[in-house]
Amino acid sequence: MLELRDVHFHYGHIHALQGVSLEVRPGQVVCLIGSNGAGKSSTLMAISGVNAVSRGEILLEGEAIHAREPDDIVRRGICQVPEGRRIFPHLTVLENLEMGAFLRSDAGGVREDLDYVCSLFPVLHERRGQRGGTLSGGEQQMLAIARALMSRPRLLLLDEPSLGLAPRIIETIFEVLARIREEGTGIFLVEQNAHLALNFSDWAYVMETGRIVMGDEPGVLRDSPAVREAYLGE
Amino acid sequence: MSAYARVPLIGLWFAFLALPLAGWKRSLWIGLGCAAVVFVVSAARASVQSGSLAGPAARVKEKFVSAWGFIEEKSCDKRYFSLFLLLIIALPWTLDRYSTDVLVITGIYIMLALGLNVVVGFAGLLDLGYVAFYAVGAYSYALLNSWYGLSFWPALGVGVASSALFGIILGIPVLRLRGDYLAIVTLGFGEIIRLVLNNWDNVTQGPNGILGIGRPYLGDMRLYKPMHFYYLVVILCIVTIFIVNRLDRSRLGRAWAAMREDETVAECMGVNIVYTKLSAFAFGAAWAGFGGVVFAAKQTFISPESFTFFESVIILCMVVLGGMASIPGVMLGAFILTVLPEALRELTLFRPMLLGGAMVLMMVLRPQGLLQARGQRHHLERGDEPESGAGR
Repeated sequence: MLELRDVHFHYGHIHALQGVSLEVRPGQVVCLIGSNGAGKSSTLMAISGVNAVSRGEILLEGEAIHAREPDDIVRRGICQVPEGRRIFPHLTVLENLEMGAFLRSDAGGVREDLDYVCSLFPVLHERRGQRGGTLSGGEQQMLAIARALMSRPRLLLLDEPSLGLAPRIIETIFEVLARIREEGTGIFLVEQNAHLALNFSDWAYVMETGRIVMGDEPGVLRDSPAVREAYLGE
Repeated sequence: MSAYARVPLIGLWFAFLALPLAGWKRSLWIGLGCAAVVFVVSAARASVQSGSLAGPAARVKEKFVSAWGFIEEKSCDKRYFSLFLLLIIALPWTLDRYSTDVLVITGIYIMLALGLNVVVGFAGLLDLGYVAFYAVGAYSYALLNSWYGLSFWPALGVGVASSALFGIILGIPVLRLRGDYLAIVTLGFGEIIRLVLNNWDNVTQGPNGILGIGRPYLGDMRLYKPMHFYYLVVILCIVTIFIVNRLDRSRLGRAWAAMREDETVAECMGVNIVYTKLSAFAFGAAWAGFGGVVFAAKQTFISPESFTFFESVIILCMVVLGGMASIPGVMLGAFILTVLPEALRELTLFRPMLLGGAMVLMMVLRPQGLLQARGQRHHLERGDEPESGAGR
């Protein structure tokens, strides 16, 4: 479905992505683990079209999308949940969700999806009139995921959805992600929490200093001594 | 007790501030006076919070808050609009020429402030060179009129178009800039336009300005009295309010709000930042062009002196004082900051100081402005501020 081929990206003078190649197959959950500053978020921003790729290509169903504008990429069915629960703090929960459907013109479908995301996260329905900034951290993360779902993506990019959240909240969020996966939406998950990510995904990549150093089934990675030492803390 | 420990410090600080203006003796008195006021206020507050006065004081405060909320609510209400309009139409018949003239200026500033509000309030782009677009509008009418005899009405269109174009010209290089950097570049842009007008002698006649700009005609009627301009400005203001209000609720308005909140995330949601930002600059600048053409026609004389950085600051103050992103608020801000200096003519010297003081007070006491923007109001009333939701 999505394929990155030797993607390079420069952040000023910093060579942040140094030839990233990976693949997400339809309906799969693929995770990308790695430490701080390895280039995980840069990879997501490159897919979303916010970061301009300096070399290599990004293909969505065989079609190159790396030179496209971010809005065009959202229109093609890729939507990102950025790191750190970046909701629109002064807009209401409902307005936040509506922003997720910014590019859609099918009012009926949007209303249906609004009901759908509210069924996934009932707390958002309760708080729909409240400003986004007044929600708790967990609720904000739920709002960010729900907002991305409002664009009806085929592939959801998630950047550290567990960051800074209580274990119980993380559990709730991953239960919902499992439901989203069952409905056939592809998920590309970036996580520092390797345990969580490996348990949840069908395929996993390990990233170090701008390069993919491993890519295999989660079970294989979990048994690899290098991964165990560096990311699972064993 | 720390509340009382502050008293002498605050007195000293004000004495220090007043020193260059008032000299030793008077600034000592000013310091003492301020200290006394702060002392009385904090004593009153302490007794209210602890003592028997707590109940009634809370009730008075609640009444005041709810009354102001009522005004905020009604300022958006359509039913009062026609009544207000009648009042506006009748107003110049009860006033002298001078006061009507002040109101005309107020109307021009309302247009300018509403335009800047599009850029600063809706789209969150801090523009410190807004007066440049006002100058572009005014000079495009002045030049086209004195060279080619272009009349007012087509010039209105040309002025708006050229200001919008300059908005885009400014917008393109600053597409990637945010916050302070953007503010500095816009400030530079404003100064560039003024300096070009000031120095390009054979086109703009430099600091001498352009004289004898033609008056507008309505059919055969020549518009020259303050009252004529009053109605002209009222109509243009209504057009401005109508369009700006529609913009706020439009798809583009939502894109502006999202961009103001978080540009990267807005981009991830499919907002085209280039288009959204340029349209904010263009729409904002267009109203300044509108105002500029009217200003040139009213004054029949313009020079670069009318378009200094201080004008940009005043217009920005109108937006901030009134309440960013709130249309009635911005209008109120423009009204207060044009009418009040006229009413207090004797204090002209102190105008910048009073303005600065008012801004500081606003930021401390009511940072959201006099009339808060619609979207931000209802949620505060429930008291669901971040603290209550956090830690879950």
